[in-house]
Amino acid sequence: MRIATGGLIDREKPIRFTFDGKPVTGFAGDTVASALLANDILLMGRSFKYHRPRGPVTAGSDEPNALVTVGEGAEARPNTRATCQEIYDGLTVTSQNRWPSLRFDAMAVNDLLSPFLAAGFYYKTFMWPRAFWEKLYEPIIRRAAGLGALSGQPDPDRSEKAFAHCDLLVIGAGPAGLAAALTAAEAGADVILATEDTRPGGRLLSETVTLGDQTGREWADRMAARLAAMGNVRVMARTTVTGVYDSGTYGALERVAEHVMPGEAPPTCFWRLVARQAILATGALERPIAFPMNDRPGILSAAATRTYLNRYAVSPGARVAVFGNNDDAHRTATDLAAAGVTVAALIDTREDATSDGAWPFYPGAEVIETQGRLRLEGLTIRKPGGTLRIGADALAVAGGWNPALHLTCHMNGRPVWQEDIAAFVPTANAIPGLTPCGAALGTFSTAGCLEDGRRAAEAALDALGHSPKPIDLPDAEDTPYSPPATWAVTAPGRAWLDLQNDVTTKDVHLAARENFRSVEHMKRYTTQGMATDQGKGSNVTALAILADATGRTIPETGTTTFRPPYVPVPISSMGAGHAGKGFAPERFTTSHEASTARAAPMIEAGLWYRPSYFPVHGEKTWRESCDREVRMVRECVGVSDVSTLGKIDIQGPGAAEFLDLVYTGTFSTLKEGRIRYGLMLREDGHVMDDGTTARLGPQHYLMTTTTAAAGPVMAHLEFVAQGLRPDLDVKLTSVTDHWAQFAVAGPRARDLLNSLLEEEVTDDAVPFMSCWLATVSGVPVRLYRISFSGERGYEIAVPARYGAALWRLLVAQAESLGGGAYGIEALNVLRIEKGFITHAEIHGRTTAYDIGMQAMMSKTKDFIGKAAAARPGLTESTRERLVGLRPRDPANMPLPGGFLFTKGETPSRANAQGYVTSACWSPTLETHLALGFLASGPERMGETLRFTDHLRNRDFEVTVTDPVAFDQDGGRMRG
Amino acid sequence: MRLTCPHCGERDLREFAYKGDALALSRPEANAELQAWHEYLHIRDNPAGPTRELWYHTPCGSWMVAERDTATHAVHRTMTPAEATK
Amino acid sequence: MADLIARPATHGLLPIEIGSVVLEDAQPEAITWIAPYNRKKSAVTRTLGGFPGPGQVVEVKAGRALSVGPGQALILGAPAACDDAAVVDQSDGWTVVALDGAAARDVLARLTPLDLRDSALSENATARTLLGHMTASITRTGPYRYELMVFRSMTQTLIHELTRAMKHVAARARLSGPG
Repeated sequence: MRIATGGLIDREKPIRFTFDGKPVTGFAGDTVASALLANDILLMGRSFKYHRPRGPVTAGSDEPNALVTVGEGAEARPNTRATCQEIYDGLTVTSQNRWPSLRFDAMAVNDLLSPFLAAGFYYKTFMWPRAFWEKLYEPIIRRAAGLGALSGQPDPDRSEKAFAHCDLLVIGAGPAGLAAALTAAEAGADVILATEDTRPGGRLLSETVTLGDQTGREWADRMAARLAAMGNVRVMARTTVTGVYDSGTYGALERVAEHVMPGEAPPTCFWRLVARQAILATGALERPIAFPMNDRPGILSAAATRTYLNRYAVSPGARVAVFGNNDDAHRTATDLAAAGVTVAALIDTREDATSDGAWPFYPGAEVIETQGRLRLEGLTIRKPGGTLRIGADALAVAGGWNPALHLTCHMNGRPVWQEDIAAFVPTANAIPGLTPCGAALGTFSTAGCLEDGRRAAEAALDALGHSPKPIDLPDAEDTPYSPPATWAVTAPGRAWLDLQNDVTTKDVHLAARENFRSVEHMKRYTTQGMATDQGKGSNVTALAILADATGRTIPETGTTTFRPPYVPVPISSMGAGHAGKGFAPERFTTSHEASTARAAPMIEAGLWYRPSYFPVHGEKTWRESCDREVRMVRECVGVSDVSTLGKIDIQGPGAAEFLDLVYTGTFSTLKEGRIRYGLMLREDGHVMDDGTTARLGPQHYLMTTTTAAAGPVMAHLEFVAQGLRPDLDVKLTSVTDHWAQFAVAGPRARDLLNSLLEEEVTDDAVPFMSCWLATVSGVPVRLYRISFSGERGYEIAVPARYGAALWRLLVAQAESLGGGAYGIEALNVLRIEKGFITHAEIHGRTTAYDIGMQAMMSKTKDFIGKAAAARPGLTESTRERLVGLRPRDPANMPLPGGFLFTKGETPSRANAQGYVTSACWSPTLETHLALGFLASGPERMGETLRFTDHLRNRDFEVTVTDPVAFDQDGGRMRG
Repeated sequence: MRLTCPHCGERDLREFAYKGDALALSRPEANAELQAWHEYLHIRDNPAGPTRELWYHTPCGSWMVAERDTATHAVHRTMTPAEATK
Repeated sequence: MADLIARPATHGLLPIEIGSVVLEDAQPEAITWIAPYNRKKSAVTRTLGGFPGPGQVVEVKAGRALSVGPGQALILGAPAACDDAAVVDQSDGWTVVALDGAAARDVLARLTPLDLRDSALSENATARTLLGHMTASITRTGPYRYELMVFRSMTQTLIHELTRAMKHVAARARLSGPG
């Protein structure tokens, strides 16, 4: 129910939203949970396993129960904590894990079966028969247990990611965080203050404390305003630091626009924050007490009760009982009474506790039972002298505090037990550069937190080399805190620990009995702490009960660790922007638009896009187009964009010697203006890449690489230059993108060029494997006479700005001669006919010997990979070596990936003689052709083999041939 | 994780590529025994503690050696290959 | 013979204005890659009229020289030549765009892990880094202006990534929620 006055809500701004279709009204500043509580709706969810009715137990991100789905369609967010979700006009909220309705959930029958469904039940029961698990048991169990459902629609990918850097990151903006941020900011440090909440203040927004002559929230507002006005401070609200990584890198989830109707703004932003120093001021989380039937809607933490009361002006009930083991219970009763709510009882476990409030007070008492179904109706307490039933519609429980030290565990730090506060605190130096302070370090008074924040900031400033300036901190309460360790009430009945996963104290005892004594084993056996809240409230209590059950102390029992993320992070945040066009860079050649204008299907080649073929009118299949393009090149002239090949400019007095080292062949002897084919090995003796290199000047070379290997080859060359031969004076730079380069191939290639170039191309001026400078329409071009097709071939290169224009010109001229453009399907056929290799053949496991290029390995000089390539195992003739393959029936296509077997042998793995790497239909030879690797291949020319592809069901005979199927002496390309 | 490129200064991990042990800088002489080549190519320690590793700063093309502790993830020092092989 | 018409990489794609930020073409007349040969740096510095150290931009005779790698600079301006260095024309290898406006830094912070604070990237400082998945060069040419360079073939991806970030920054500015 709503309290008539007070709170940080704006009563002038009513907000209308729906919960399970019913209209609900709250105020600006409300969360879904506070607005529902204001409307006396306590039932917000069902538990995972027993489908028990549940209401909120917290007012923050540690909430295990009140999980709802917000929004609709592709924008729907399941498993959203109602305690964090701010309301806005038009918000739709839907409850989860219930059918047909939240009030009547058929699967609640599980709760009646709970005696059979204890920890390990599924492991023990659904073992047999084995085949039933996947088909029967698992689907049923999965349907019965659960959380919210995904929409099933594609993610709209509207979120974003970003980076920020600072001197000091302050995590948390309660009294400690504010004091730390202020201290650091006044000293001139560059500060980011991140708070999970919508505004700075932390517990000051929820408590009735005073700081000096101001209320806690007044002080917090003034500090926040002061920080916001400073140029060196960035306050990040709605931002949860989720993880700690090496070298001062922190992950953080900002909920940018989840508090407004979905629109243009990104719903979330996943930040990488880089901080030289950081301060952990994340406060503490109140822990529960395990008493029988402690899970009914209306039972919530005392801290949350005060948050609802003081911040949202909402009481969870009209008659509220308070149960606790420390002074927070008394504080809660005082706040309730001040708000006009009836305090049904104050129950304190401490026998010596006193209270002067106007409420029934029961020291030395415990709650041993509760009543009610969809919400609490009453409770039974055990007090000195007997038991007593108390009518109450809500119960606030104060079990003490656990420091929110989770982030200190992200780099392997193990929390340490501190007996006087009965809690784990961060271990010292758990994260380099991160200083915990305030309640996160076990300091619980407001005055202590302020002082601790200042101290932590001064330590950070010292590390940063800044001198702190004195800042004034107000006087504040400094109440000592030393509660007894109260984990569970000994009484019959189920007492819940992990509310979301329905883990009770009995389950922990069962785990101990079955010898799952390690806290890690207990966790996995019972699923304690494995729900979406990661046991923020219940883990410490569960391990305390395990300690008790196994007769050990808590430090002996130890704690499970916490891993990132601290709160659930949507995958759509982590992957924001990486779908569709953001998945990887798209590299386009200058002919791209012309190709797509001709309806050429573009396919990926690394990051590049290349045309497969250029269909003309009447062609129905890609093969028709490809065959035409191949014939065109063989009979007339074709042009193809080869700009994607890597081009590396290599200059310097040491360039020749450098190339001699990285290539198997010798380039220092190459004449200026000439081109040589080069083979590059890895140091382990296997082929890395191949390509041609032209000598443009005495100290100037231009290397080409394959499209795929351009990047790795550049890194390799830099490694050799910087790491192995820094004495060589050689300079490297990639010029791949500067040049648009087009292959002109075919018997009429020279005619085509002579129709364009201002100079005349003759075979004397431009012999095979030479390069030449020429001019097209006044634009200087480079001409390379090389061939990847086996025909007379040239590659013409222009600065990329002229690429589109030259391409159109070349295609037009080719067409006027009866030729045209060809794509990479035809390019592939042309090279297979010629036995030219690509990365299908130099796939990383083949040597120069394997591809028949042993003669290219210089015997007179060292080169990368030489020593390793000479190892006996890499030069045995029985190795699988490159061959050509031709099917006995030309219509059969030996598919790449299929295997070769000696005729008459069983086609099993042990008998494999080799495999196929490339294949095509050759329109030139009117047969299918293939390249592949075959044991002792070159020695088996003419042998008939069995080709088998078990996956694609092919089985036929092929004949071993020379890899070069067409124009074996190369007369056509030499001209 | 952050590393210091000898040319560009401290940068985020995602700008770098890891390339194995810095031993790769100590290439044997061309006529060295096969065993020396075998050790150069294949034999690597896998220490829980200090290592010397090769990293490549992709944006600027600098190779570097990082002295790093695999147990604590602390990066003690980075240097150019030339500095590392002095 | 028909003329070969030059076409800029950003042809028809720029400028784009979203919120307080404008993305526009900033292609210089020429881009020349210069890497002085060993022990020739001072000679090259004399010839060119300067040579940038790591992270620096210096004015040289031909234009502005940006440090782009160990012992390497790009000169943006008129074509440059020098005998004591490897010199490569890269005029068409890079696309240069400028991001200008009060929120330009916020836009870049969505794409690069680079520290963009004044203390790390002051006016007239340059850095090789990542922009999304692309290697890039970022140069701060004014308090709210940055020049960005990527390989020419990635121009469309560059504009796509920047546009997305510009939209997000502008949409955030329009948010006026409580707190």
